[in-house]
Amino acid sequence: MNNRADPVPIGGSWPPPVLDPAGPFSEPVTTLAWALLIGGAVVLLVVLAALGIALFGSARLKARLGGEKAIWIGGFAFPAVVLTGLLIWGLMLTSSLSATRIAGDEMRVRIVGEMWWWRVHYLDGDGREMLRDANELHIPVGRPVLLELDAADVIHSFWVPRLGGKMDMIPGRTNRLLIQADRPGVYKGQCAEYCGGPHALMGFVVIAHAPEDFARWQASRTPAAAAGGRGLDLFLSSGCAACHTIRGTPANGLAGPDLTHVGSRHTLGAGILPNNPGTMAGWIADSQAIKPGNRMPAYRQFDGAELRAIGDYLAALK
Amino acid sequence: MSSETGFDPALYARFPTQEPRPPEEEEELRRIWCKPKGWEYLTVVNNNYVGIYYLGTAFLFFLLAGVLALLMRVQLAAPLMEIVPQATYNQLFTMHGTVMMFLFAVPVVEAAGVLLLPQMLAARDLPFPRLSAYAFWAYAVGGLCFFASLFVGLAPDGGWFMYPPLTSKAYSPGINTDFWLLGIGFIEISAIAGAIEIIVGVLRTRAPGMTLDKMPIFAWAMLVFAVMIVIAFPSVILATLLLEIERALGWPFFDAARGGDPLLWQHLFWFFGHPEVYIIFLPAAGMMSMIVATVARTELVGYRLIVLAMLATGFISFGVWAHHMFTTGMPPMTTGFFSAASMAVSVPAGIQVFSWIATLAVGKPRFNAPGLFVMGSIVVFVTGGLTGVMVAMVPFDWQMHDSYFIVAHLHYVLIGGMVFPLFAAFYHWIPMVSRRALSERLAKWVFGLMFVGMNVAFMPMHLAGLMGMPRRVYTYLLEHGWDLPNLVSTIGAFLLALGILLFLIDLARNFRLAPGEGNAGNVHGAGTLEWLPNALYAARSIPVVNSREPLWDDPQMSDDVAKGRYFLPRSATGLRETIVTSPLRAEPQYLQIMPGPSPWPLAAAVFTAGFFLGLTVQAYPFAIASGVLAVVGVLRWLWETDRRVGMEGVDIGADIRVPTYVTGPKSHGWWAMVILLVVMGMIFAMALFSLAFLWSNQPGHWAPPAPLAAAWTVLLLYAAALALAVAARALLRRGAGWAVAALLLSVLAAGAALWLDHGQWRATGLIPQASGQAASVFALQALQGCALVIGALMAAYCAARAVRGLVSQPANNTIDVTMLFLAYAAGQGLVGALFTRVIGIG
Repeated sequence: MNNRADPVPIGGSWPPPVLDPAGPFSEPVTTLAWALLIGGAVVLLVVLAALGIALFGSARLKARLGGEKAIWIGGFAFPAVVLTGLLIWGLMLTSSLSATRIAGDEMRVRIVGEMWWWRVHYLDGDGREMLRDANELHIPVGRPVLLELDAADVIHSFWVPRLGGKMDMIPGRTNRLLIQADRPGVYKGQCAEYCGGPHALMGFVVIAHAPEDFARWQASRTPAAAAGGRGLDLFLSSGCAACHTIRGTPANGLAGPDLTHVGSRHTLGAGILPNNPGTMAGWIADSQAIKPGNRMPAYRQFDGAELRAIGDYLAALK
Repeated sequence: MSSETGFDPALYARFPTQEPRPPEEEEELRRIWCKPKGWEYLTVVNNNYVGIYYLGTAFLFFLLAGVLALLMRVQLAAPLMEIVPQATYNQLFTMHGTVMMFLFAVPVVEAAGVLLLPQMLAARDLPFPRLSAYAFWAYAVGGLCFFASLFVGLAPDGGWFMYPPLTSKAYSPGINTDFWLLGIGFIEISAIAGAIEIIVGVLRTRAPGMTLDKMPIFAWAMLVFAVMIVIAFPSVILATLLLEIERALGWPFFDAARGGDPLLWQHLFWFFGHPEVYIIFLPAAGMMSMIVATVARTELVGYRLIVLAMLATGFISFGVWAHHMFTTGMPPMTTGFFSAASMAVSVPAGIQVFSWIATLAVGKPRFNAPGLFVMGSIVVFVTGGLTGVMVAMVPFDWQMHDSYFIVAHLHYVLIGGMVFPLFAAFYHWIPMVSRRALSERLAKWVFGLMFVGMNVAFMPMHLAGLMGMPRRVYTYLLEHGWDLPNLVSTIGAFLLALGILLFLIDLARNFRLAPGEGNAGNVHGAGTLEWLPNALYAARSIPVVNSREPLWDDPQMSDDVAKGRYFLPRSATGLRETIVTSPLRAEPQYLQIMPGPSPWPLAAAVFTAGFFLGLTVQAYPFAIASGVLAVVGVLRWLWETDRRVGMEGVDIGADIRVPTYVTGPKSHGWWAMVILLVVMGMIFAMALFSLAFLWSNQPGHWAPPAPLAAAWTVLLLYAAALALAVAARALLRRGAGWAVAALLLSVLAAGAALWLDHGQWRATGLIPQASGQAASVFALQALQGCALVIGALMAAYCAARAVRGLVSQPANNTIDVTMLFLAYAAGQGLVGALFTRVIGIG
């Protein structure tokens, strides 16, 4: 597995994310995956060879294959042995990877699936909320992260392939998942359980920092007094604040993502757009064209200057 | 040789008889089983017609769902395409899955059973021809209306698995979801009806001498298939009922905030949904086993192993459902169990595959059309099976679940395990129903395109899954790098479709329907009875079977059968009839008089469809009127059945005499009712499970149940209802009036018990909208109420027959089945009253 220093998006290059693990909760599964893929290919070749013999083989070979003994060996004994081995491997791996074993020193984050974005609560060791954010998760490398997964409306599923398997987010219960990144980088994920409408556009990013960078990031989480001005006025007077919170301002809506640090996010619209003033303005003007069905109405009433003002203001919320 | 029924097997030696049969016998058979004319094509019940209608309709749905798939592939050919809008795409994938699973896969194998089984078993027809016709029409009318919802944008869009809360009223307020829930209602009815028909048909209408171990392997497959439907479908029947009640009345079975649980749906759905895969696979595997033997021109190697493998598959498949739920947060112990079972179920599949390979090795395989599809099927199915073992591994499934890897896996399994065998079956059996066989030359192209197209379409999806592409996405971003595999998949899908288009062209050129006259004949040289010379009455006479491939072992048989030298060379009573035989050794027991054509199954089916559609669009008066008319239609078609003919015993050939009217556990009607009661019992058991599941998962929402001590009146009344029902059978000897009175009293007692039971629960102050517990308890009572309404209808029907002098004494089948139903209903009420009070009593 290559060690990539740069943030690398999911896919696009070899190896694909499931086969390109970046932490201890995905690495053993990749080993398993390779064993299964290669083993499966070998078994397929053996069956093809058997079929080839049955169709074109010499009389002697065909006679060996054409009896109940061959059925017992190929159809029963061989699978029984292989499957028993696989089962033991699988059971051991399941218990070592599942979040039933908690050391207690994991970083804790509660993530709530919403139609069609993610609410992120950073918790302290006692489960109290320290910080609220949306659609991306910042973690330090080398430290396990315990995710407490819940859903606000329908069932979603959290999946960042390079960091671990997926786990469903089900209303009424809290599921736990362990992930960890051993190398700094940006790791993409996407909702894996069909949740209606724009399920296809419900992305997520995990940003893993080296420990000193993570400390710097944490320190930057106190809301800076971004210059308010016209952008903030428009934000407050146009109804945006009914759904969004910007700490340090009167905006305290809870229905949509917290925007206190929206300017520093890697993406907009839950993992689907790069974040810059232009995309910000475009999203505000007509998010329905970009992500049809999402819960934010299009704000076509803004003219260009107003959009720029709001976009610049939000982009400055680092 | 020992005997099962007291029948002396030595009598078989009288066949084939030697003296010539009078020529007018065949003339009479032809007249009794006559060809329909004009409008009569709508009222036929004969399996030769209903089977073809059924098969044609199911194949139509295959094509329609295939077109939906092509539309999806166009949309996914490149990132961020805007050809199919999001809302439409979500309806497309929901309908593609639903139509393929419910309107194609299950019906098409039932259709194959209806068409092939009587011929293979040398019966004149299946035992309940009017039920077959009803099941077909309910499915066809309902299915087409359901599909049409797509054209008005009202098609369901919650995925074929319909997980709440996405499908609850809060998140799916439109009637799209109701279309799914009620649309599936038809399929449930027709699947259950078909299963009853097939179980009784396979076990009771085999040719004399065809012991279980001489039964064609397809009949074994259909038997296991039908039993699995009886056990699995009740779960989805209950699930759809509960979700519709939740949507219509606000009873929170699946709402976690009110003591329901979204996972309850997943358990109920997958307890049906995974066995469903084997329900689809086993009949296709049965066809494979039949076709392989013919392709290789030798008897099947490992017949007994295959039968065992199919039984094992059926059994294990009920222990694998939760492998669809590995990512729901189940404890490792639980996932471990389901992982083991999911791997174990691949062993019997492996046994079947190696049996086919062994058969090919022993024989001299031909590379004809069925042969090509058989070989292609083995390759594709094995590939899908191997990826199946991979995702049975819990940690690997955590990665691949709900990704395109699963889309690839399931299509390899279903296309390799079901679609290719079905095409092999088309090429193999079409000469039985068509004047011409299909083109061998074109078949090579059809197979080549389908095989290559299938692999090009679905192999890259494995990669897309490993690249992190989730299922059920209407579009994707370029940055993921999923564009190339998706483009290749789209090209493959069109190659596959081109192959199927060529097949349609071949059908148009060569398929000339010829039920009962001048079929193309045994072009492949198969050895089983469906290749006997055939007419609308099936084989002229019903042979004695001594081996698994009687036509190979007795080259004279076809000729002897056609000349009437075996059983039943004529109509003994002047009516439609077939021989009912014993379940194990197929010894002749009695002559069943079969009902003929009737418009009432069609009418009942149309009104059944009206009932469900009326409910869906909330036209309640229309729905109620349709429901009443549907019941009238069913009772009207039944009215002509269960009549005694003048003759008590008749000669069915070579002076062997059997009765024409039998009651009690020997009769086919009794068997059918017992199977129906198993279905009801499973629905009820699933409802009890739901209550217990909510109790163990939502204990915080539990209220003290109605007091157990006060329930003794309820229990006593149910016990009385049970005793009265059972007594009706004995009382019939005294007179029909006595028996009917006992049945009516049984209904009254059970009704009173339900009334009391309901009152006691009302007195606890629980209301069904308030909690999952209350909703489940009142749902159980509603279920009981339904059973009692049906029971009351049956008792009233008995009364009407008694008044018209149609209740024979000292025993009568109509009274028998009503007695069974009412006794069951009383028992169900008793268990329910106890269970609801005991759960959570502490």
